[in-house]
Amino acid sequence: MLNQYETVFIATPVLSEAQIKEAVGKFKDLIVASGSELIHEEHWGLKKLAYPIQKKSTGFYHLFEFKADPAFIGKLETEYRRDERIIRFITLKLDKYAALYSEKRQKKVNAKTQKEN
Amino acid sequence: MTTNSSEIRYLTPPSVEVKKKKYCRFKKSGIRYVDYKDPEFLKKFLNEQGKILPRRLTGTSLKYQRKVSQAVKRSRMIALLPYVTDLMK
Repeated sequence: MLNQYETVFIATPVLSEAQIKEAVGKFKDLIVASGSELIHEEHWGLKKLAYPIQKKSTGFYHLFEFKADPAFIGKLETEYRRDERIIRFITLKLDKYAALYSEKRQKKVNAKTQKEN
Repeated sequence: MTTNSSEIRYLTPPSVEVKKKKYCRFKKSGIRYVDYKDPEFLKKFLNEQGKILPRRLTGTSLKYQRKVSQAVKRSRMIALLPYVTDLMK
């Protein structure tokens, strides 16, 4: 039984561009290696936080959307907690309305990136 | 005297307050999912201190008020919205 999930995490701003890519790659590999289906991925870049977390006022946001077995979520979150680069994360199960909404959102994002290219 | 007594004249026309009916914006525009990743939209349901506004002010229906409050709380978790603040807008 696969559910659709969405996860957003904030990485520390002290990392360099390459380190960020490495951290994102690590979690991407983790998701793919678990046999889950990666649907969508978004990098929001460096954003200002609404309040300081661990005395940092900015952070790199990254979003993954995937279909996975419920047992995988626990593993993913443990991995988040073990990783010192991640300062905050949230994982949600998407219901059908949320899935429809995110589909629309993906189209919007894709259209935007195509325009830029 | 043949003046019409039923005709009352005011110096200033009496102001009749027409109450604008509140409505639920989700039902009106057919939004089914409230996104926690969009803080600009959620700010419409917050006051200056970042508190969630009551239904009686925004007119949101109960079903969507619950979703709004859930979305605001999630948005606060990932630091897109503040828990407490002054002069947000």
